[in-house]
Amino acid sequence: MNLAETLRIEGGRILATLIRYTGDFHLAEDALQEATVVALERWSDDDLPPNPGAWLMTTARNKALDRLRREAKRSAKEEEAMRLLDEAPPPPDDRDDRLRLLFTCCHPAIAPVSQIALALRTICGLSTDEIARVFLVKTPTMAQRISRTKAKIADAHIAYRVPADHELPERLVPVLVTVYAVFTAGHHAPTGRFDARVDLADEGIRLARLLTELMPDEPECWGLLALTLATNARRGGRLDESGDMVLLADQDRSRWDHAAITEADEIIDRQQSRRLAGPFQIQAAIAVLHGMAPSYAETNWQEISELYRTLEAMQPTVVVRVNRAIAEAELYGPEAALILLDDVDSDWHYLWVARSDLQHRLGQTEGASRSLHRALAAEMNDSDRALLEQRLAELDARG
Amino acid sequence: MPRYAALIYGEEPTSPPTDAEVGQVIADYTEWGEKGEAAKVILGGEALHDTSTATTVHVEGGKGGEIMTTDGPFAETKEALGGFYLLEAADLDDAIKWASQIPGAWYGHIEVRPIMEFDEEM
Repeated sequence: MNLAETLRIEGGRILATLIRYTGDFHLAEDALQEATVVALERWSDDDLPPNPGAWLMTTARNKALDRLRREAKRSAKEEEAMRLLDEAPPPPDDRDDRLRLLFTCCHPAIAPVSQIALALRTICGLSTDEIARVFLVKTPTMAQRISRTKAKIADAHIAYRVPADHELPERLVPVLVTVYAVFTAGHHAPTGRFDARVDLADEGIRLARLLTELMPDEPECWGLLALTLATNARRGGRLDESGDMVLLADQDRSRWDHAAITEADEIIDRQQSRRLAGPFQIQAAIAVLHGMAPSYAETNWQEISELYRTLEAMQPTVVVRVNRAIAEAELYGPEAALILLDDVDSDWHYLWVARSDLQHRLGQTEGASRSLHRALAAEMNDSDRALLEQRLAELDARG
Repeated sequence: MPRYAALIYGEEPTSPPTDAEVGQVIADYTEWGEKGEAAKVILGGEALHDTSTATTVHVEGGKGGEIMTTDGPFAETKEALGGFYLLEAADLDDAIKWASQIPGAWYGHIEVRPIMEFDEEM
């Protein structure tokens, strides 16, 4: 494992432990950065420390201590430095460190967008540029948002901890939304190849599982776990022989992970009796229906459409409307589906991809081409862009 | 003698001030502080962190209701500043818990803003 891989796979874990150890986001990040610089100077591909992650952890910890000692000489931080010097190196406390970091990022005194942005930055190590793409904003805007959020955590003294049991329910929703954002950034990367960060999809599933252990009585935690499992189960079918992206309709379903789909299905069944289903359980049920379908044509579109309608009543978003339209095109035809999208306006490229597809099916070649141009004006990863450009070339050749 | 609250308003800098600018502000405030304290006019006062560190607290449905927190300063113009408390609390959660028990949080909003702590030698 080289430095880049170590940072990608273990960076979030190391940072989480460092933040607990130092009690300071900024200091922990700076220390890890300094340790990385040292590693860049000393490591080479054929000369790596036996345990690169542990090496980075120890080096970063020492960097943090150095910094505190220097500051102790000129301020009241002496006590803090002395406390750390007395303490043994932080024990591996992986599970709790990750949950602590997650709950701190998702504190209700932090704006929802900032919660997700900070989690993607610290837990997943996404670059500011990649996060800016996720939220369709400019990189300097996102950089300022993230640095302000870190400053607020420090200045307002937001505690670095997992809330007490009785506080968990009210802290739940932003945590679930953030973990799903982590999963999604991995399942469909914001930049580069669509599968460039599949490790984040695994991380999202791990975090969702940790949440079900922390809150076994919360059906939405189970809903999130089932949703991530059932979606991720299709990973094996998304690549063709040349490594390009294959759309759902054309995937080889024998390459899906059917054990994971079954696990998701059983989770949904167990939770159904407990309480009115929330948005994550509904999306999980949809993902399971796709996973269980023997082919695209034999998908249970009726039930999927009903689930999307229920979801839309809870979350009237562009994303839900577009997905509902795609399902209902299979039930009621492309014309009815297109009407569903007529009063929607958004820069989200899948809205225009869906419109283009429906227009194409109705023989409106010119409109389909216009919609694809509009889709291509948006930010997207390289795989999506390649697919859309190819589709546009085919349309134009025909039209 | 009647007492007054003097509330300081000003534009927040969009970029970090230079050391010279910071030095000038500190010198000005030190001069004012020494003068005011010598005259026994100043009874107390604190500098606040930027509005980006603020959290606004409101209790939905009055006393004992649900505590709603929002990132950022209180921005509505219909409600006016009516008073303040200086709280000492373990962390932001603790401060929010206490702020939500101020009756003003049931009828209106409480903006919780951290106090700037200066190093002792400054």
